[in-house]
Amino acid sequence: MSEKAKSISSKKTSGQDERLKEVSKLRLLLNRPELGAVGGAILVFIFFGIVAGDTGMFSAYGTLNFLDVSANLGIIAIAAAMLMIGGEFDLSIGSMIGFAGICIAIPAIYWGWPLWISIIFAFAMAVLVGYFNGILVVKTGLPSFIVTLAMLFILRGATLAITRLITGRTQVPGLRVLIENDPIAWMFATDTFKWLFTWLGSMNLIALRTDGTPLATGIPPSVIWFIAATLFATWILMKTRYGNWIFASGGDKNGATNVGVPVGRVKISLFIGTAVAATIFATIQVLDAGSADTMRGNLKELEAIAAAVVGGCLLTGGYGSAIGAAFGALIFGTVSMGIFYTDVDTDWFKVFLGAMMLIAVVFNNYIRKRVTESK
Amino acid sequence: MSENLIEFNNISKFFGKVIALKDVTMKLKKGEIMCLLGDNGAGKSTLIKTLAGVHKPDEGEIVIEGKKTIFDSPKDALDMGIGTVYQDLALVPLMSVTRNFFMGREPLKGLPFLKTFDIEKANQIAAERMGQIGIDVRDPSQAVGTMSGGERQCLAISRAIYFGAKVLVLDEPTSALGVHQASMVLKYVVKAASQGLAVILITHNVHHAYPVGNSFTVLNRGKSLGTFNKKDISREELLGMMAGGEELDKLEVELEEMNRINN
Repeated sequence: MSEKAKSISSKKTSGQDERLKEVSKLRLLLNRPELGAVGGAILVFIFFGIVAGDTGMFSAYGTLNFLDVSANLGIIAIAAAMLMIGGEFDLSIGSMIGFAGICIAIPAIYWGWPLWISIIFAFAMAVLVGYFNGILVVKTGLPSFIVTLAMLFILRGATLAITRLITGRTQVPGLRVLIENDPIAWMFATDTFKWLFTWLGSMNLIALRTDGTPLATGIPPSVIWFIAATLFATWILMKTRYGNWIFASGGDKNGATNVGVPVGRVKISLFIGTAVAATIFATIQVLDAGSADTMRGNLKELEAIAAAVVGGCLLTGGYGSAIGAAFGALIFGTVSMGIFYTDVDTDWFKVFLGAMMLIAVVFNNYIRKRVTESK
Repeated sequence: MSENLIEFNNISKFFGKVIALKDVTMKLKKGEIMCLLGDNGAGKSTLIKTLAGVHKPDEGEIVIEGKKTIFDSPKDALDMGIGTVYQDLALVPLMSVTRNFFMGREPLKGLPFLKTFDIEKANQIAAERMGQIGIDVRDPSQAVGTMSGGERQCLAISRAIYFGAKVLVLDEPTSALGVHQASMVLKYVVKAASQGLAVILITHNVHHAYPVGNSFTVLNRGKSLGTFNKKDISREELLGMMAGGEELDKLEVELEEMNRINN
């Protein structure tokens, strides 16, 4: 009898499977967290294509410009998204950017450390800060919002106080000369695919300076890091055991613990991830500008969280994607640069940022309802 | 005497001065369903947590397949084959069926230091297992949130069985379910038992317990009122014992009194 039942049930499932293939592609797409952000990005490009299509915004130089801004934000937005999927926030990202910049600049300029050791030192400090954030949240059970808000003030204050104590100023310039021949700095400071741009320039396909070199010299390092971070984070979330643990930790902490997921360790590692991402951001900016500023990264934590939310992450955790966050960052970067090419006053950018986030939250909320109640 | 798959002999648990459990004894054979009945506060939760290795008993012993055992942690209990399905099921509604099924125990593939989550294999096993219960998961990557309460319960039970449970401990598996859903879960429980598992079904609903149980243990205020085979006890007797028969009698008298006054 059980044989019979089995054959019936298997027949039933295979029948269902065939029917599924027709509907599932659209359904699957609709249920993807990054849908909103991808759609939003397309709309943004159409908008600027129409409004600013002939202004040079989409020239090689203009494109790299808004990609650079998007990529910088994207690096921290992806880490923030991973943490958010894991069910926590990090408000100290912006302060960590300032702190990491100082951790590079002061040893390199005032203590005579080689630049690469300073960079490694900054990353080591980031791991410490992230670990401290994580262990505090996990051990106390306090909301990460509060814990990292405290860290926001502590780090920013410490950055300012230490810098003024050692240098007497709030800026540390003079790093540019150290970049050359440094074994690590090139990873954060070199434009890539220069040959391509030189060639494009020689073919007169892109704009040139008066001396004949192309205006856009190569793909900035931020873009490479951004793409690498997106791919890496997506691979972790979709293809690894650790990725499943991130979703589980954010989705239901108790349930995950009950089935043996090391929720505490997962969360701590994600906090380390945001601090390290902030340090990548800081290193790129410091080497690009040639100086560190104590106020660098101010309010970046909120932009990163906004990009993650636009990218489909739920504030309550357990749902979201790295690709979504990447598109969220692309939207913000494109609009913040693109607005210069239009007649719109740039003061309106923040209004747009806020409105975008509101729409995203409402949309995400609707998606979550669909996902959890579609029966 | 290792005929019993699992024995709990004279288990007691105290929290400070509170006696949560006192001298509770239960014995289960393979394929047996024992229903643990008790009203709120009877000590059911404490007993479950003792079974699951969350609490260590202060007195008494746990014997599994003839061997005396002490659970140091929930993982210990799991390794010994005690699969506990809590009321909250430990399922994440936003995650897919597959990701829930293998949560914390994902199958891996690939190079030794670059192992990845074998999602294809996981999908296949999850769909197969759910199919065996007669639930067609239209798509194992669909979110658990889209499943009905009964299906979720079955998923949690199926997961416990897949990961090697010999004794299933089910905490109120039907309490939040309608009649149809509850019967689906109970059918699955009977099927699991017929495949050689021992099942401890904790409930306060005699109507759900009576049709499926082989034996019934009634808890009241931390003490066992005894274990009864099905043939020795009726549904009404069980119900009376659970609620404390006097209380129901008293209620009946009071209601009659009220009726008389109203008329």
